[in-house]
Amino acid sequence: MDVMLRLSGVSHAYVGPGGAALAVDGLNLDVAAGEFVSLVGPSGCGKTTILNLLAGLIKPSRGTVELAGEKVSGPNPRIGYMLQQDYLFPWRNIRDNALIGFEIAGTRGPEAERRVDRLLAEFGLAGAARRFPHELSGGMRQRAALVRTLAREPDVLLLDEPFSALDLLIRLQLEDLVWETVRARGVTAVLVTHDLEEAAAMSDRVVILDASPGRIRTVLDVPASIRARQPSEARWEPEFGPLFHRLRGMIQDSEGGGPGHARGAGTQLDSRA
Amino acid sequence: MPEEREHSWIRELEHKYRSRAARITLLVRILQIALFAAFIILWETAVRSGWIDELLFSYPGKIARMLGELAASGSLLPHTMTTVAETTAGFVLGTLGGTALAALLWWFPVVSRVLDPYLVVLNSMPKVALGPIFIVGFGPGYLSIIMTAVSVTIIITTLTIYGRFREIDANYLKVVRLFGGTRGQVFRLAVLPGSLPTIVSTLKVNVGLSWVGVIVGEFLTAKSGLGYLIIYGFQVFNFTLVLSSLIVIGAVAAVMYGLVSLIEARLSPGYRDR
Repeated sequence: MDVMLRLSGVSHAYVGPGGAALAVDGLNLDVAAGEFVSLVGPSGCGKTTILNLLAGLIKPSRGTVELAGEKVSGPNPRIGYMLQQDYLFPWRNIRDNALIGFEIAGTRGPEAERRVDRLLAEFGLAGAARRFPHELSGGMRQRAALVRTLAREPDVLLLDEPFSALDLLIRLQLEDLVWETVRARGVTAVLVTHDLEEAAAMSDRVVILDASPGRIRTVLDVPASIRARQPSEARWEPEFGPLFHRLRGMIQDSEGGGPGHARGAGTQLDSRA
Repeated sequence: MPEEREHSWIRELEHKYRSRAARITLLVRILQIALFAAFIILWETAVRSGWIDELLFSYPGKIARMLGELAASGSLLPHTMTTVAETTAGFVLGTLGGTALAALLWWFPVVSRVLDPYLVVLNSMPKVALGPIFIVGFGPGYLSIIMTAVSVTIIITTLTIYGRFREIDANYLKVVRLFGGTRGQVFRLAVLPGSLPTIVSTLKVNVGLSWVGVIVGEFLTAKSGLGYLIIYGFQVFNFTLVLSSLIVIGAVAAVMYGLVSLIEARLSPGYRDR
């Protein structure tokens, strides 16, 4: 199994006027190529920090982040990132928004435009290509943001609670869409979420984090029967209930900060995660 | 179609709403014109009946004749064009210069911290007081008048637009950075277009400020222009000329403001509906 993403001994502290705050501490994690991993944990467990580290937006204070064996030293077009909201530029139409990755790389041309048009059609946005973001529903906008990310054909997709701002029904549809897209393209995915059900339904493995500072508490493998079904269906699998309860139990322990987790005295609560 | 018949009452409601809105618009227009007419009549009557001093306040009929004479002698247009050109140069240069300065502050945060107290002092200072210095520095003429107008507009423009630059949601900057965008691309693709509505509304404010700078500049040094006409009229105690110039300034300034509003309205829909 090829390792696509590797965190080795990664710690990160934010330094600001209010002092230094340790956000994540001593993370070791391998994500295999094509694997779907979710990160869950209480607030303050450094979930978003981990995604920013993987994306190369911030450099770890200690340790290394590797992408396919190479050290990550800055943002890389091989890594796609979906934010909590679409953040489409309001003054660009959907097509121009989706093409922005090519514009930044200086490779916008007929070929890039064909690829984006094809993706827009594939995601049911062909008719919306010339529309502006404010004319579209939240679900359509998040799909457009997905097209913008996928257009550069990334090997890795980082998902920062991309469904949290959506209505339940739209959220389920988008979960299926992202899950299928990731599968069909063999993309490696890391999902950050506070929704345990979503984590269980979508991923191959769930990483449970402790808070303040963020540490890996335990990793849970999702049973094959659930992994085989798309997220909206997976929730009806007989094994789903027990898995969900186990996850919830672990999160509650981690929020309670059980006796074994009193380490890290002197670190401050981090609100950035 | 039967469906259409069923919904005919909705169209009726819509029609009623529209004709009511049209009636209100018409009423507003009529009142606006009536107010203007009442003012002119009151002014004329007040002077003719000796309630107010004719020398100081003149009266509409005399002003209209004066404007007619000025226009006929061919001196009104050059004076107006001079002032319009200076004012336009003032607000365009002030807005562009302010935007450029704001970009510099955004690009070099240390520079912005260093300059902060100076900007605050400059902003609270009455810039027209610099007029005499400009006249010495740039010579008595167009250049020092335009510089006076720029000095009035540029600092407040810089502060407003720099403030907007910093308000842009960090996640938009993140989008550009995630695709490997440079700082220049972050500015060009996210920060600057995101601030365009603010830049245009600053342009609108600067139209008014630029007029202040230009008229004061013309008071100090000009040999032509509407400000020059006002000062000349004051010196020869011809208040009809002063008021005529004021009326031309009012009309031209309103047209300018209207043109800038038109530019604002033509911004892409994505800008307006945020």
